Amino acid sequence: MKLRQGTFSFLPDLTDAEIHTQVQYCIDNDWAVSVEYTDDPHPRNTYWEMWGHPMFDNPDAAAVVFELNECRKQFGDYYIRVIAFDSSHGWESIKLSFIVNRPKDEPGFHVSRDEVKGRSMRYSIKSYATDKPEGRRY
Amino acid sequence: MPDGSEKLTGKARYSAGVLEYKKMGYWEPDYEPKDTDIISLFRITPQDGVDPIEAAAAVAGESSTATWTVVWTDRLTACEKYRAKAYRVDPVPNSPGQYFAYIAYDLDLFEPGSIANLTASIIGNVFGFKPLKALRLEDMRLPVAYIKTYNGPATGIVVERERLNCFGRPLLGATVKPKLGLSGRNYGRVVYEALKGGLDFTKDDENINSQPFMHWRDRFLYCMEAVNRASAATGEVKGTYLNVTAGTMEEMYKRAEFAKDLGSVIIMIDLVIGYTAIQSMANWARDNDMILHLHRAGHSTYTRQRSHGVSFRVIAKWMRLAGVDHIHAGTVVGKLEGDPATTKGFYDVMREEYNPQSLETGIFFDQHWASLNKMMPVASGGIHAGQMHQLIHYLGEDVVLQFGGGTIGHPQGIQAGAEANRVALEAMIFARNAGDDYLQNGPEILARAAKNCTPLKQALDVWKGVTFNYESTDAPDFVVTPTTS
Repeated sequence: MKLRQGTFSFLPDLTDAEIHTQVQYCIDNDWAVSVEYTDDPHPRNTYWEMWGHPMFDNPDAAAVVFELNECRKQFGDYYIRVIAFDSSHGWESIKLSFIVNRPKDEPGFHVSRDEVKGRSMRYSIKSYATDKPEGRRY
Repeated sequence: MPDGSEKLTGKARYSAGVLEYKKMGYWEPDYEPKDTDIISLFRITPQDGVDPIEAAAAVAGESSTATWTVVWTDRLTACEKYRAKAYRVDPVPNSPGQYFAYIAYDLDLFEPGSIANLTASIIGNVFGFKPLKALRLEDMRLPVAYIKTYNGPATGIVVERERLNCFGRPLLGATVKPKLGLSGRNYGRVVYEALKGGLDFTKDDENINSQPFMHWRDRFLYCMEAVNRASAATGEVKGTYLNVTAGTMEEMYKRAEFAKDLGSVIIMIDLVIGYTAIQSMANWARDNDMILHLHRAGHSTYTRQRSHGVSFRVIAKWMRLAGVDHIHAGTVVGKLEGDPATTKGFYDVMREEYNPQSLETGIFFDQHWASLNKMMPVASGGIHAGQMHQLIHYLGEDVVLQFGGGTIGHPQGIQAGAEANRVALEAMIFARNAGDDYLQNGPEILARAAKNCTPLKQALDVWKGVTFNYESTDAPDFVVTPTTS
């Protein structure tokens, strides 16, 4: 299973040069770019761990790619994403978010069904990997 | 048009009998609209021999205080304030016999927070008025004081994206086809395949409610099975617009509650349920963290013809007040009506904080939106992966692109169709961000992406050259004249 979150998950994995083009686009739009990582890929896991703060006032995509590679050294078997924040009024949220690193093996998710009254169903989705404690999942 | 006030006052004004509307005070060429006035712009086509100024005054009169004859009871009221005032009449460029009439209405003429009241005044009585051949409401300026009486879209574009965890690209959807006849079980199959293949949303069609072939509860149950399975297969948040349109509010609330209990992120209503029902459902959506999709079913009966009816830009403004999150607004390149400049105007009304006057896109007034949430436009009808560069160019990033036939009609099946659309979209957004001239190089960008994606290659082959090039009936009256510098 390939985790399809993020803007470019249906394209072949991006090279560092390709990541650079997208980061520079964000910087040129005055968005602050950030690197985040997790070993809990649940679609509603909003808060991935921050590899430092968003890089405000950074004019050069190379600095982000450098930080990404530092993050990979420590969390090479985690999901890592690049995320860009737009602080303009009326948005003040994320403008672009894409995965730049994946675990070698992605076991995917299990759907559990809780049959409730009538034919109704309560669904929940669980990552197979998160059965194990944080840090020992991939 | 040069024409001074002919307003009568005192005894001459209030003697029993019939007076021209312009003499009753509904034509005030020197009137300066107040910041708190609602302004309407009508396109009027007077009957032969009818003075356009008298026609404009009549529209002002009949959409505010007037009746066909003088009534003494006017004198018991602050009638000067309550009279709508036509203050400007211009000939429409290149359209003999048509005039733009600007009419200002005092804020006190309207109940706060009621589209039904607003429309009962502005379009309630005047469209069948005999001295006019035709009448069209082209645009409205809504004062901030009035906008602040509405809650606006329940979710808005930004929060919708945060909830779906989807940023930086248009959302992708598909309407389940065939529109009618699928059983709940078969219907859910289409939903599952399309979402697993790469779409964010699937959608009920406007006329899928609860027919003999598929009861609504069955549809909801099978669709949510499909949504959850697809979500697990991809690790993404997925949704399907469950259409809760029904014969009564009670029934709609019942269906909406069931959709919520099953964990749906989005429900859908049709424009034909009426403005009050839409506002009620928007309140429900706000209370239940639900995204509210509006299908503009029926709108072309009054929006399409340029001479008569209500422009869709006005409907879009009303719907932003009423509080829907999604609204169908045209594709430019697809099978349904949509001139590029006019469509841009609609999209701007939905997505911007402030619309400056822009006659070339049909926006007649500066419009502040007072931080009301933004609506996500939905482009649906006859579009396919091969048009991706044009779609992004014309429609931008904050839009739902709905490929119904363009997903389900794929030669290798629905999943392949969905994947083709998603890969085409991501490749085009990547190229745009990387600084490529994607509009010019669109076909090559798609061909390159297709090398890694057989479904995209097949889609491009099947729908190569499918276009819908017909002249639009609803185009702006003002065109940009290129200037030499």
